[in-house]
Amino acid sequence: MARKPKPGPEPEPNSDTEPEPEAEGAPVGRRAMLGMLGAGAAGLATAPYLQRKWEDFLAAASQVDASGLTGLLPNPGGFRYYSVVGSVPHKDETNYQLRVTGLVERPRHYTLDHLRAMPQARVVHDVVCTDGWRVEKVPFDGVRLADILDDAGVRSPGAAIRFTCFDGAYSESLTLEQARRSDVLVALNMQDRPISHAHGGPVRLYVAPMYFYKSAKWLSGISVIDKVVPGYWEERGYAVDGWLNDADRRGNAA
Amino acid sequence: MPSTAGSTTPTGAAMRPEAAGRVRRFSPAERWVHRATGLLMLVCLSTAACLYFGPLAQLVGRRYLMVTLHEWSGILLPLPFVLGLGSPAFRADLRRINRFSAYDRQWLRAARRRRNRHAARPAGKFNAGQKLYAGWIAGAVLVMMFTGLLMWFMGLLPSISRTSAIFVHDILAWAIAIVLLGHMRRALEDPEARLGMRTGYVSRSWAQRHHSQWLGKDRTTTATTTPTEADKV
Repeated sequence: MARKPKPGPEPEPNSDTEPEPEAEGAPVGRRAMLGMLGAGAAGLATAPYLQRKWEDFLAAASQVDASGLTGLLPNPGGFRYYSVVGSVPHKDETNYQLRVTGLVERPRHYTLDHLRAMPQARVVHDVVCTDGWRVEKVPFDGVRLADILDDAGVRSPGAAIRFTCFDGAYSESLTLEQARRSDVLVALNMQDRPISHAHGGPVRLYVAPMYFYKSAKWLSGISVIDKVVPGYWEERGYAVDGWLNDADRRGNAA
Repeated sequence: MPSTAGSTTPTGAAMRPEAAGRVRRFSPAERWVHRATGLLMLVCLSTAACLYFGPLAQLVGRRYLMVTLHEWSGILLPLPFVLGLGSPAFRADLRRINRFSAYDRQWLRAARRRRNRHAARPAGKFNAGQKLYAGWIAGAVLVMMFTGLLMWFMGLLPSISRTSAIFVHDILAWAIAIVLLGHMRRALEDPEARLGMRTGYVSRSWAQRHHSQWLGKDRTTTATTTPTEADKV
């Protein structure tokens, strides 16, 4: 341990340097610490098994839990709210607008009604966050991003998409090839209800084959550009291609 | 005799007025270690709450700031301890905390049977509960740091999945929150214990009541109530 040479005189005589009257007996303090370290290591080794049991238990408990307290426990099996800014403005039919700009033939401004009038697609897939929570088989409905790109008409040398959001800070990216997949939606409904503000409504992106940070909330801008610009979390160390481990990276998985 | 200590000190005016009936419990270095650790722990826990609880997350947002504060307060948490190792008083108390005497086992038995009379719970400078708490929280903080680093630097140890690290981190965070609430409740129940941590001194009668084996066995502590010793770290 760091036994530094002391400047100045030693503070003797002092209990610190004499044999400790209390420094005898079993080293229980150290054992408590090592025991906790051992428990931590055992926890890591058995985590996959324990987690399954824990989720089963929570699922059973939430059936009889009227208070909703089980939602606070670790891995509650539900969505969690993430925002990178302090407060996010609320938008609805009266003031929501989705702007499609950049390397397109026809720049577009869609209102909510416009988007609702377009052909709707449904994608049912798991929502998986990098922070360990997952919600299985979530239905999303909305307009295929490919349809919106076709409507605007991608110009050369358009090769990537940059998404911006009306929270004023978040951004995301996809290559044009990824953006044209049939399981990438400009989503209006989630779980058969209009997407609420807390879930990124009224319009969010849903990129089914990738981690959920790729599915930008509060979507307000789609810009076609010539090469990928990393999004908000990607500038902070996340992978630009956020594929899920079991994702089909080539074709259209949906 | 302690009662004559004041009269034998000609420079009595320089002493704390209460020093005669008081005994030194914590040196300034120890109190700074406690203060800094407590502050870092508070930042770590409150930012964790802002990341974890939906309603708080919706209220506070600013996820990147919260993540950064959480990561750095967590990584710095052992630093006051490490710096404290430079202080002999701190090292001496660590040795006291580590070792379990016969009366510590008696204290634990009494605690299990909910016997709260002071006579039933003998203790040295630190009681058995404080010793176990200190050892446990040291281990818990290290496990939190390790699992936290695994989450921070993805792919550090590919054999441990990020999900596993998060699982242990989450469960242990709950345990730490509950144990810390107990720690703070004990402090709230005992103003003089808080005074000891705040000023470094406690009354002799409190020490004899709560830590009966401390002063009796450790006579030299009386010497530290003189001002020259008290100013040393």
